[in-house]
Amino acid sequence: MTAPLIEGLYREGEPIADTAAPKVPIETMWTQRKFDAQLVNPTNRRKLDVIIVGTGLAGASAGATLGEAGYNVKSFCYQDSPRRAHSIAAQGGINAAKNYKGDGDSIYRLFYDTTKGGDYRSRETNTYRLAEVSADIIDQCVAQGVPFAREYGGLLDNRSFGGVQVSRTFYARGQTGQQLLIGAYQALERQIGAGTVKMYARHEMLELIVVDGKARGIIARDMVSGEIQTHLADAVVLATGGYGNVYFLSTNAMGCNVTASWRAHRKGAYFANPCYTQIHPTCIPVSGDHQSKLTLMSESLRNDGRIWVPKRREDCEKDPREIPEEDRDYYLERLYPSFGNLVPRDIASRQAKNMCDEGRGVGPKVGDFRRGVYLDFKEAIGRLGEDAVRAKYGNLFDMYKQITGEDPYQVPMRIYPAVHYTMGGLWVDYDLQATIPGLFVAGEANFSDHGANRLGASALMQGLADGYFVLPNTIRDYLASGPYEPIDEQHPAVVEAQDAVEGRIATLLGINGDRTVDSFHKELGHIMWEYCGMERTEEGLRKAIDLIRSLREEFWRNVRVLGAADTLNQSLEKAGRVADFLELGELMCIDALHRRESCGGHFRAESQTEDGEALRHDDEFLYVGAWAWGGDNSEPILHKELLEYEAIELKQRSYK
Amino acid sequence: MKLTLKIWRQTGPEDKGGVVTYPINDVSEDMSFLEMLDVLNEDLIAKGEEPVAFDSDCREGICGMCGVMINGEAHGPERTTTCQLHMRSFRDGDEIVIEPWRADAFPVIKDLCVDRGSLDRIIQSGGYISANTGSAPDAHATPVPKEDADRAFMAAECIGCGACVAACPNASGMLFMGAKITHLGEFPQGQPERDARVLSMTAQHDEEGFGGCTNLGECSRACPKGIPLNVISQMNGDLLRATRHQA
Ligand SMILES: Cc1cc2nc3c(=O)[nH]c(=O)nc-3n(C[C@H](O)[C@H](O)[C@H](O)COP(=O)(O)OP(=O)(O)OC[C@H]3O[C@@H](n4cnc5c(N)ncnc54)[C@H](O)[C@@H]3O)c2cc1C
Ligand code: SF4
Ligand code: FES
Repeated sequence: MTAPLIEGLYREGEPIADTAAPKVPIETMWTQRKFDAQLVNPTNRRKLDVIIVGTGLAGASAGATLGEAGYNVKSFCYQDSPRRAHSIAAQGGINAAKNYKGDGDSIYRLFYDTTKGGDYRSRETNTYRLAEVSADIIDQCVAQGVPFAREYGGLLDNRSFGGVQVSRTFYARGQTGQQLLIGAYQALERQIGAGTVKMYARHEMLELIVVDGKARGIIARDMVSGEIQTHLADAVVLATGGYGNVYFLSTNAMGCNVTASWRAHRKGAYFANPCYTQIHPTCIPVSGDHQSKLTLMSESLRNDGRIWVPKRREDCEKDPREIPEEDRDYYLERLYPSFGNLVPRDIASRQAKNMCDEGRGVGPKVGDFRRGVYLDFKEAIGRLGEDAVRAKYGNLFDMYKQITGEDPYQVPMRIYPAVHYTMGGLWVDYDLQATIPGLFVAGEANFSDHGANRLGASALMQGLADGYFVLPNTIRDYLASGPYEPIDEQHPAVVEAQDAVEGRIATLLGINGDRTVDSFHKELGHIMWEYCGMERTEEGLRKAIDLIRSLREEFWRNVRVLGAADTLNQSLEKAGRVADFLELGELMCIDALHRRESCGGHFRAESQTEDGEALRHDDEFLYVGAWAWGGDNSEPILHKELLEYEAIELKQRSYK
Repeated sequence: MKLTLKIWRQTGPEDKGGVVTYPINDVSEDMSFLEMLDVLNEDLIAKGEEPVAFDSDCREGICGMCGVMINGEAHGPERTTTCQLHMRSFRDGDEIVIEPWRADAFPVIKDLCVDRGSLDRIIQSGGYISANTGSAPDAHATPVPKEDADRAFMAAECIGCGACVAACPNASGMLFMGAKITHLGEFPQGQPERDARVLSMTAQHDEEGFGGCTNLGECSRACPKGIPLNVISQMNGDLLRATRHQA
């Protein structure tokens, strides 16, 4: 079946399966698993060391919970404080099957919507559990003092998010991520104060230590002193977030990276579904080459804004207010009459790109193209009045004005899609354990719950579900067999990991070439966006792989990293991250190339219906692609985990 | 635009540090302040000079990681974070002085980066509600009046950037601390620890080397999230109450 085009790029290995989920009906599975997991006597917990890398929703909640339970926790993050983890930026909200509105919501319905939104490429058992523990998350956060929006009666308010018919999204204005993270951060700080958690801020994990096949620690760099440190433990948790920054421009924070996951991957952890990226349709477009990041504008704007581009290319430079109605193309309303401007994220994004590729984009030219479409509130202002629009979207309009210098009450906003969220990540079983025993992966860093797409408001839910409720129960089972045999810092595996880190740093500082790290990162990002972005073709992906390989070769020959290893050195930090992105990027393209179907955010041009819609192939691709590292000069190995849907029926989607 | 940047350079905590002048051309008004520094750094690297170290992460005004003094003002001339400040706030030919946050409790690490760990330690000393995972009552068990919830939310918007401290002539951390005490103190859940919280947090604040509040109001004027001065009064009220209860 393998087409000649793909030959030599990867090998296929043995299938892989999750063996951790108990063989009982899905409704009782999680209860059963918790019951089966061995217990650890409270006095023994103190003797067990757990390393948690990452202090976002997943890592901070896991750290706080394991600390409370009495384990000896070491927690790491690269920012100056755990409170700054990228979860803080999430705007919209968090889903939970509380049915507070009495509108017929239930665990099953949340599970159903999430699985469907993932285009049936997530694992059913994990997704069901996510829906099951969702209600507990809200209770926990409220008890901590998270200021969710409330109604006048004092009860919690909900909003409805795209793609579903119930109102199940809890929110705190446009700052849900911030408020949830501060809750988890405070719980974590409480444990730090109590001495159960030791915090290592401004520390970056650069290597995983694997001894006798088990994860036993990490090598971290103190980013202030440059000291390379060895930290050993009985188990390691990675909660290091997503890898969207492989595209350089994204809505992610500047420091988001794949290093922790990638280093674990090279040590034997499988990387699943790397090509699944979520693209968000409403971001502020790029304004020039200097741009460092893209800013998300809440999707709620699509409720009242109308999206259009000029019908004629000649009009693209004109003041939009001077383009009469008949010369405007409200393309979403034209192409999708029943959903109009509210089509799902992937469709809205792809059509915006199509318009710009046709040369009908608006806004400043960046390279050869104008990359922007109008999001116009003129009609809404006419219908509702400016005050009503201000009340609804005022803060977003202000933010837009702050960034672009244009007043969206007067001229239409410009928006363009941007990379937002990655659904792929390290492969884990039902226990969130990677293919390396003792390595657990939580939050956006694992692959399990989201499949190929994502509805809004489910990533926050997953981070907290994993950290507060799932991981503390499953890791217990692993830790119950510990403490594991103590290891010496002189152990060959430890020394090997240390040497690798020091060697890599010395190499990066020694190249002293001509090009800055950022210039490589930008070029990589450009390749990824062009060929492994919203729309992918066999030819483009093939080309991308070649381009990435030569860019990587040039990087190791020609990058310029100044300064020293034993001081705060931001270019060195970036260089290490970009080096790993240069390897991940290739794997993403190989994954995208082999998956000859359109699926969620992954639109494969060769696989579309007659009217240009995404076409899935369940007969061929109903599996998770879990990749094993093949070695430095060898191709990766694909292990397929077949997806079985028992609680849910597979359906094709249609938004016409 | 052409600008003259006067930037504080300091190789490490032990170094004395000093201001270095960098001319910069081709600054577009669409750049954020930090993107302008990115462009400067690319130039410096090309010339073989070490780039200027500064902190940032989200570049969206929400993580609180960025923050420098710009012409003597915390985060610069507009009431926003440094990452959300754009170059259109400046004019062609301007001279811009860029320094790190100034406060004893925020020692300089390198160039424009400072250590704000003292803010985390204030939170560790009591800036939380003790609620172990897994035993929380149903969220609807305790209704919260909307006005209280709104006030809690307003205070919870603090991003922990430290601009209030940097702007204060006494380098006081009262606005930051008052915001947390107000946030938690507005909720029924926050009541059992209310006295203990204000006592331990204020003690930690003083131990960290922050100064006292003399009601100058610079903190609130510099705060990118608009945290009002009255959170400090709320904190002082709580402190008074707690010391009375103790007596
Ligand atoms: C702009 C934006 C808006 C969003 N809005 C929503 C929304 O409304 N609803 C929703 O559900 N989801 C939303 N998401 C997605 C959601 O925010 C993320 O998926 C989620 O917060 C990820 O949490 P996390 O804990 O897995 O990782 P993160 O919060 O990214 O945390 C990663 C942690 O790992 C640390 N780290 C990383 N690498 C290393 C290393 N090598 N060494 C040491 N530490 C390391 C970091 O310091 C950090 O502490 C949004 C995302 C973005 C970008
Ligand atoms: S109170 Fe304002 S200025 Fe002070 S740390 Fe909080 S957000 Fe920053
Ligand atoms: S970089 Fe996050 S607030 Fe400025």
